[in-house]
Amino acid sequence: MAGESQHLVADAAARIFADLAEPSAINRAENGGWKEPLWRALGDAGLTLAWVPEALGGSGASLADGFAVLGVAGRFALAVPLAETLAAGWLLACAGLEAPLTPMTLAPVRPRDRVAADADGKLSGRAGGVPFAQDCRHIAVLADGGERPVIALVEIKDCRLSEGRNLAGDAMNVVTFDRAKPLRSAPVPGGFGRSHLLLMGSTIRSVATAGALEAILALSLAYARQRVAFERPIGKFQAVQQNLARLAGEVAAALAAAGSAADAIAQAAAFDEAVFLEAASAKIRVAEAAAEGAAIAHQVFGAIGFTREHMLHRFTLRMLSWRDDFGSESYWAAELGRHVARRGADEFWPLVAAR
Amino acid sequence: MTVNLNFDPIRLPPECQALRAEARAFLAEEIATGTFDPHRPGDGDSHDRAFSRRVGARGWIGMTWPRPYGGHERSHLERYVVTEEFRAANAPDHFHFVADRQSGPILLKYAPEHVKKDILPRICRGELCFAIGMSEPGSGSDLFAAKAKASKVDGGWRINGSKIWTTSAHVADYMLALFRTSPPSKENRRHGLTQFLVDMKSPGIAVNPIYQMTGQRGFNEVVFVDAFVPDDYVMGEIDGAWKQATSELAYERSGPERFLETFYVLVGLIRALGPQPDLRGAEGLGRLVAQLHTLRRMSVSVAGMLQAGKEPVVEGSIVKDLGTLWEQKLPGRVRELAAFLEPEIINRAPLADQLAFATMIAPKLTIQGGTTEILRGIIARGLGLR
Repeated sequence: MAGESQHLVADAAARIFADLAEPSAINRAENGGWKEPLWRALGDAGLTLAWVPEALGGSGASLADGFAVLGVAGRFALAVPLAETLAAGWLLACAGLEAPLTPMTLAPVRPRDRVAADADGKLSGRAGGVPFAQDCRHIAVLADGGERPVIALVEIKDCRLSEGRNLAGDAMNVVTFDRAKPLRSAPVPGGFGRSHLLLMGSTIRSVATAGALEAILALSLAYARQRVAFERPIGKFQAVQQNLARLAGEVAAALAAAGSAADAIAQAAAFDEAVFLEAASAKIRVAEAAAEGAAIAHQVFGAIGFTREHMLHRFTLRMLSWRDDFGSESYWAAELGRHVARRGADEFWPLVAAR
Repeated sequence: MTVNLNFDPIRLPPECQALRAEARAFLAEEIATGTFDPHRPGDGDSHDRAFSRRVGARGWIGMTWPRPYGGHERSHLERYVVTEEFRAANAPDHFHFVADRQSGPILLKYAPEHVKKDILPRICRGELCFAIGMSEPGSGSDLFAAKAKASKVDGGWRINGSKIWTTSAHVADYMLALFRTSPPSKENRRHGLTQFLVDMKSPGIAVNPIYQMTGQRGFNEVVFVDAFVPDDYVMGEIDGAWKQATSELAYERSGPERFLETFYVLVGLIRALGPQPDLRGAEGLGRLVAQLHTLRRMSVSVAGMLQAGKEPVVEGSIVKDLGTLWEQKLPGRVRELAAFLEPEIINRAPLADQLAFATMIAPKLTIQGGTTEILRGIIARGLGLR
């Protein structure tokens, strides 16, 4: 539920993005010179370490505040590792570890990837699809330990990276740990595991995607009013209106699902069954909305929306890429389906109606 | 420009969960005594006066209405919980449901005091069934093309003409219907319709059954020949019914009945798939669960907005658009996911009969109470395109 605090912090973030990361300006930028001042402003505002308690070097904002910022970041199709740094800070804090004041990413982001910590605490393994790894200084890692999982902070320079980009051109790397020595590490509290990280990461992506969908709805509406064909604005044609109404439906579904999942995580004492239902459902439904919504927006814009010059792709390609992070919709659908099947038909409705 | 679509996450308060437990216990009792079968499709569409009276006795009709009219002054979220428990259980609530959902609120808003005092408490006791008279043989979605006429006479109005596709008219005690009291004006083609409360026992009303392709008698043609409606049964402004239409839409459009009409096939699928489905079954099921969960959270959110006194017309229309399409497609998705299961497993579920029924009723789900096309027109207007 968006309270006063979320409005304040979201407004602060929106001002920074509007000044330093306005999508059409970024789309015209010749190089990445905009990133440095943007990152500095975000850091100065305490947004990068929002989910790190003050005692661990962060600004100690609530989970709800952080999710509000990520929704706004999605509305700007933000192409710096803010979500990743927030999540890395959160992960480190789960083990009581301090966070550095640098851009961070985290691993694993794919359900099958494993990193292991040996008896000396050194890490080995491979993690694919790690967002922005080559642009970051540090990576927070959830690794299999001897008895309990371990959370570790590692310098990127101590890992091997493969070159890679996602659909939107953002860095996305395979990170290989070859007896990498962490700067610091600690075992995680009991019960915490990979699924928690994946559910949290999924919700981060769901919230940002819902924001991006809001933005493409606004862009599409503005274009439909302004673009004239057959002597009328195209938004006056019923066929186009029906498409835009469908887009609004997908945006609404994404906002509701992502908002509900974020609220469930922000309120929950633990990652329980309700959080699993919420976060997995949101990742699935929001990914579906991203695919459907991107297709409709591109249809509204026609050829101009397919150009590099137009900023629409900044939103659509990012949303489509985000579907793969922290478990795709197919992965979560299989997990959710198995869970529901295990509970049985008679226990299905009580699960759905729990919240 | 920014579009403000609001779907704040609502957490149901503790009193809702207590109420949910009461509703489940009540329904379990009704199932045990044989009132209905949660797995038998069609039971949820039936009219059961005795059941409705028992629901009324529990205080679950007119839940949000003021006490002086028999209501219980509970929240929209509490009403939401009861409605969704009844729908999910396939309970036979059709006798009282329309009166509870939309006719009662219209009476509350527009009826004279003595009419409210007379009728609303009887709705709350589960004694009255309402029908809605909108479509006519020559007009459906184009509501304001209605031709059935009301002419002023001493002390009231004489009504003539026909309404059609009228659900429950054959059991209804009253109908809330639109009749033409003036021709449309040049400036406003919506002008000239008035909303009337019609006592179905009045002379001059014939109800002719229209059987549906499912074999059910779901709806009717209602013919009025010089039927009389007294002045105090005029609801709201004469010639101005169009002004009254929009605010009730959110109530009518966003409830759990807009995505749970074929819910039983999903439960049947889970039973048929068993505790360890293959990957295809698991993934397909998971997607359906995610879609259902999302619709429910949207619908709860709209209930929260109603509770806060807002009129979420666009949000309500979106819920109905997405919800009815989903419940319409559900039988087809379930059929695909069950395609490779053993026939005996499907029969035991009992999925085959459920699927047959749901497949037959599916086409109506995106037509009744506002078609997909009309809803999207409303959404487009809300987006500023019209």
